[in-house]
Amino acid sequence: MKKSYQSLEDNSTNNMKQVIYRNLTSKILHLGFILLLTFSTSLTAQEGDPVNGKALYNANCAACHKLDKPMTGPALRNIEARLADEQGLDKAWLSAWIRNSSALIKSGDAYANKIFKGYNGVAMTPYPGFTDQDISDILAYTALPKPVPPAPVPGAEVADQASGGVSNNLILGALAVLFGLLAMALILVKRTLNRFAEAKGIEAISDAKSTPIWKAFVQNQFLVLVTAIFFLLASGYFVYGYFMQVGVDQGYEPVQPIHYSHRIHAGDNGIDCKYCHSSARVSKHSGIPPLNVCMNCHKSISEVAPETLAEGKEYGVDYDAEIQKLYEAVGWDGTGYTGESQPVKWIRIHNLPDFAYFNHSQHVMVGGVECQTCHGPVEEMEVMYQHAPLTMGWCINCHRETNVKVKDNDYYTKIHEELSKKYGVDQLTVAQMGGLECGKCHY
Amino acid sequence: MSSNKKYWKSVEELNENSSIVEALQQNEFVEEIPTDEFLGDKEALESSSTSRRDFLKYVGFSTAAASLAACEGPVIKSIPYVVQPNEIIPGVANYYATTIANGYDFASVLVKTREGRPIKIENNTDAATKGIANARVNASVLGLYDNLRVKSPMKGETAISWETFMSETTSKLNGLSDGKAIVFLTQSLPSPSTNKLIADFKSKYGNVSHVAYDAISESAALDAYEAKYGTRGMANYDFSKAKTIVSVGADFLGDWQGGGFDSGYAAKRIPDHGKMSRHIQFESNMSLSGANADKRVPLTPTQQKLALAKLYSEVTGNSAGGTKLPEGLDVAVKAAAKELSLAGSNAVVVTGIQDVNAQTVVLEINTYLNSKAFDPKTTIKTRQGNDKAVMQLVSDMNAGKVGAIIMNGVNPMYTLPNTSDFAKGLKQTDLSVAFSMKQDETSTNCQYIAATPHYLESWGDVEMKTGHYSMMQPTIRPLFDTKQFQDVLLAWNENSSSYRDYLKSVWTADILNGASYNKAVQDGVFVSTTLDAEILVEPSSETNEENAIETPSGNAARALVSSARGGAMELSLYTKTGMGDGQQANNPWLQEFPDPITRTTWDNYLTISQADADRLELKNWNVANGGLNGSYVDVTVNDATISNVPVIIQPGQAKGSVGLSFGYGRTAGLKPEMQTGVNAYPLYQNFNRAQDVTITKTTGDHEFACTQLHNTLMGRGDIIKETNLEIFNTYNREDKEHGWNKVPVVSLNHNPVKVTEPEVDLWDSFDRSVGHHFNLSIDLNACTGCGACVIACHAENNVPVVGKAEVRRSRDMHWLRIDRYYSSEDSFEGDNEKKHNISGLNSSLSEFGEMESPADNPQVAFQPVMCQHCNHAPCETVCPVAATVHGRQGQNQMAYNRCVGTRYCANNCPYKVRRFNWFLYSQNDEFDYYMNDDLGRMVLNPDVVVRSRGVMEKCSMCIQKTQKTILDAKRDGREVKDGEFQTACSAACGNGAMVFGDVNDKHSKIAELKEDDRMYHLLESVGTKPNVIYQTKVRNTSKA
Repeated sequence: MKKSYQSLEDNSTNNMKQVIYRNLTSKILHLGFILLLTFSTSLTAQEGDPVNGKALYNANCAACHKLDKPMTGPALRNIEARLADEQGLDKAWLSAWIRNSSALIKSGDAYANKIFKGYNGVAMTPYPGFTDQDISDILAYTALPKPVPPAPVPGAEVADQASGGVSNNLILGALAVLFGLLAMALILVKRTLNRFAEAKGIEAISDAKSTPIWKAFVQNQFLVLVTAIFFLLASGYFVYGYFMQVGVDQGYEPVQPIHYSHRIHAGDNGIDCKYCHSSARVSKHSGIPPLNVCMNCHKSISEVAPETLAEGKEYGVDYDAEIQKLYEAVGWDGTGYTGESQPVKWIRIHNLPDFAYFNHSQHVMVGGVECQTCHGPVEEMEVMYQHAPLTMGWCINCHRETNVKVKDNDYYTKIHEELSKKYGVDQLTVAQMGGLECGKCHY
Repeated sequence: MSSNKKYWKSVEELNENSSIVEALQQNEFVEEIPTDEFLGDKEALESSSTSRRDFLKYVGFSTAAASLAACEGPVIKSIPYVVQPNEIIPGVANYYATTIANGYDFASVLVKTREGRPIKIENNTDAATKGIANARVNASVLGLYDNLRVKSPMKGETAISWETFMSETTSKLNGLSDGKAIVFLTQSLPSPSTNKLIADFKSKYGNVSHVAYDAISESAALDAYEAKYGTRGMANYDFSKAKTIVSVGADFLGDWQGGGFDSGYAAKRIPDHGKMSRHIQFESNMSLSGANADKRVPLTPTQQKLALAKLYSEVTGNSAGGTKLPEGLDVAVKAAAKELSLAGSNAVVVTGIQDVNAQTVVLEINTYLNSKAFDPKTTIKTRQGNDKAVMQLVSDMNAGKVGAIIMNGVNPMYTLPNTSDFAKGLKQTDLSVAFSMKQDETSTNCQYIAATPHYLESWGDVEMKTGHYSMMQPTIRPLFDTKQFQDVLLAWNENSSSYRDYLKSVWTADILNGASYNKAVQDGVFVSTTLDAEILVEPSSETNEENAIETPSGNAARALVSSARGGAMELSLYTKTGMGDGQQANNPWLQEFPDPITRTTWDNYLTISQADADRLELKNWNVANGGLNGSYVDVTVNDATISNVPVIIQPGQAKGSVGLSFGYGRTAGLKPEMQTGVNAYPLYQNFNRAQDVTITKTTGDHEFACTQLHNTLMGRGDIIKETNLEIFNTYNREDKEHGWNKVPVVSLNHNPVKVTEPEVDLWDSFDRSVGHHFNLSIDLNACTGCGACVIACHAENNVPVVGKAEVRRSRDMHWLRIDRYYSSEDSFEGDNEKKHNISGLNSSLSEFGEMESPADNPQVAFQPVMCQHCNHAPCETVCPVAATVHGRQGQNQMAYNRCVGTRYCANNCPYKVRRFNWFLYSQNDEFDYYMNDDLGRMVLNPDVVVRSRGVMEKCSMCIQKTQKTILDAKRDGREVKDGEFQTACSAACGNGAMVFGDVNDKHSKIAELKEDDRMYHLLESVGTKPNVIYQTKVRNTSKA
């Protein structure tokens, strides 16, 4: 039984890993667990299905309850067993509490009142719609033992890495030694042969003295000219290339004060960009979310799942520590705000020059442009970087190619009809609408 | 055959024995170049360790280092809120309704805030209470970010905490010896809640008196009104109800009785169905009102009194005694009286003479005429000062009767004529506290400075007019450790509630009468509904009585005549549109604001007529760099002398009179750059603006920073087109003989062709019929020259301040200027005639020369000029880098980062509206104005670039605003409504002179104005097809 539960936890990790295609060996390993799991869960189904229970728990309970730590409500690990052992309360009491705790409190039940007062008099949301099976499922999930983080096999990984590194170096070293030996041998052979020849009085045939190649090159004026032109052009090319990239920070990937993973939030959790960057809807700035937006979720999420934590190791990040940094900044002591906050000094990645006016709401709301069009695959970025060059040519190209989104927008009805007739096209591009005029972005 | 001719380069060569020729054959220069002066100085050369090579190395290294450093981008930090306030979205402006009430300017305004920072003042169009935001109100936002504000309470020179301040002042207040009074000396406070607080204070502390003090007093008007109607207030005039306006010395388009009358006036100045109001002005200084008048009569302050009395006797038929006026004036007064009588109840008379009798006479004339424009039911409450009480206070202080003096919003040590008396009195008080934002003349002389917040950080309420309440709410958290006067009062009263709560309770209990408090705060204004019922009862019966029974006695008029005695030279003290009473002297926008009349910045000066200047040998002249210079004089009134006052010769100044403005010459609490001009308050004796004066010339030249060098139009009628009402009503605009708005013609194949025809156009026209096409209409009839648009443009577009020296070099940066033109004959038509009659022979040059000097009493016209956004723009054609190009929406666009600074465009612009950044004006210690400190830069508009050195800039037709309007419509998925498009100037113009909009929207106001008969383009003959249109000025004069 224990084994099967262990595999349940691993299963979820496994799914996550599949999404991100990493670490093939562990994937195969986990496949085995999956098989075990499907087998074992069917065995426990009569009592309560922890898989369904987990889903229900996450949907309904997780906002206020944690398994191992009290939050808005008490910790729920093994709640059924603990109640039975410590208070002598049975599952029926628990069901009554879950379905309507306030009724239970009003009825004068001692323990119910104690819990109610113990948690600042916050009544639990009633769930009258839960069936017995639902409750059993949830309890089954809570009855799962605390997962032991997969014991890291010390050495194994290290050895793996080390072996790769060492072997490469070894091979290279050996090759170098070999090459040296060969060269030595050749020199020795030549010297011996020469000595032989000398001893036997044979004159070694030497080539007629010809002009060295560099002299010949210098004497050939045409060649010199061609090379000079070539070098000039080449250096011109590189100088131009160098200057054109001055101020272009494509790929700029600074280290941020808090390691925030867009991959986890936007990718794995599928949070809409505009949930956090809400001002992109109405403002020229997309806005860096204030910390209170983070706390909407992170009030309940103080630590990540062990698998996620393990993933973080690959990036050299301790996600839990990063969440602690957030708490420190916002002044959250786990149960309430201390009032001592410190703003986070993020490093700005996308820096348009001051003389260029860019409006997010124009592009996001009116134009319906996906965030990813300019910001790249943010949902895959562990560390945010600048995807687009943000040069004027890049802006202009897009304005030339993109059609204005006129559908269901009364503003465009008249102007689009008249302009498209004038240009003889069905769909106007932004450029035809006037989107290339200097004054549209520079004022 | 070769020629034997000898060519010679200079006469010297012909002289065979010339040593110079010989020398030149040998050497390049005749004399040795004095290189020895520095090369010969062996010591200096040797002691210098820098050789030429080293120098080149340094230059090379620093250039390389600089360019390398430029390749590395800086790391930019972004710091979001920890908890973002709900109402703030970065990048989206919030607007709050509030009220300015600084004792001199009162207006309901909207404040634009970005990311919580107030950045611009706009008109609260919901508030019909009082006028519009004038130039000073528009500029007041900069006062919030003044680095010289007092940042915490102070005891003498040291900063203290509020706890210390409160405990020390409270114990002193309680420990005052018996018989010593506590006196509040405050600005005019028409604030119901504050007055209640002071009443609370009185009941707690007993011997307390409250003296209201206006730096520039309207006491005479208040006294006269009080004597006649029983309530202390100023008569309420609505000039939109007047068809004939006669003003005797009242600059009601300026600051007369608190100002704010211009929008009503302007409404009736636009000819509507052939009718407009008629305005006759009698005055000594050339004021805004005089400049806008149909007929202006210059006369000295003494003559004004006589003229008013005469006017009175002519209108009412009551004799006023011996009113002896020169013949010309007599005729003018009689004519004015006749017009008044004809107009009857549609006429109104106002006066600015600081004399109770004069003010009484005016009230009597208006009631006699039963003037519709005069509303005796309501009074204006924005001036409450009482001269006698202030004088009494000074003597009481010196007599030791005053134990504690608490001042709020006043600066008597600067604004009183007898500051030394006040200073002495101040020393005899046990406690002196100044509630002040600055370490100004007064607060530095007090024991304690209570640091007050700016009005944009304060709560408050103002009853500007009977029953019209305005709300003041903070738009930003206090920047410094400041406390409001009212909060401190509450603490002294041992009332534990905050002023905010107190205000709410007062409003709910006394004012709102059940209406929503939150809505009142949101609107910023509340008009009491009980008003009509309440007020109708008492005064209306009174006025009825008067109308029925009382024929004015004429006593006041006779008293007025007997008081009319003036010396040979009379001084009229006045306030300038920019500086007002001087409390915003540290505001660089206002310092650099060109006076509408003299077009001079950074100065005040004595205005004098040409005749008097000739007599006293005073001169104005232009020097080689274009700057205006003037003589200095000493000005003496009784025993007070101001020395070295610069002189400006003012066309239209009444002979025998001079003018000098208040508000300058301050030194305390100001940056050195702002310490300009001379202080005129010592001459303001007995709170009388008219004084007998002696003027003596002194030595030295004063350098003015004047933005307009040429004063007259020289008969060039296509710049300002002007006609009179009669011609306007009678003839077609293109009438052969009397046409008043003809399109200029050019000759094509010997046939006259209109310049608007395509065949005479240099450019190919684009089709602009699709999408938006912006036009701005400027009505020269409604423009009073008030300059609110100039400051609004400054604030909206981050226009830099360049300082006096640069303005003098004609490097001012105003995107929008208001040109002022004088006629050289009596009228502009006279100019045209004279120009046409110049033969081109003999005397022509001198005749042209004559036309350059304005007449003694010229007509004046104002013309706001900004980039005309020509559809066929000369600037665009000459730009070598295409930095200035035309947009489809009609805007002439300027890409600053593309500009390389050739200035070809400015040279090719016929309107001279382009401005070049000769220097870096932000973060540059050489230009230590608001853009040079972090606090001051908070006022910058984040949507507009701060330009750098070496680029051209100009009016963009507020493209950031039009683009925003379009984006809002796009996001909502709707068309743009008429009136939604605004520029900063059109939004600031409450006179209706500037209308902005989309001419492709055929139902819009602007489309209608473009088809108006009065419409013309500036310099139409150039063929630039501007998108700014002007409406011909029509004067209500019967004679051409």
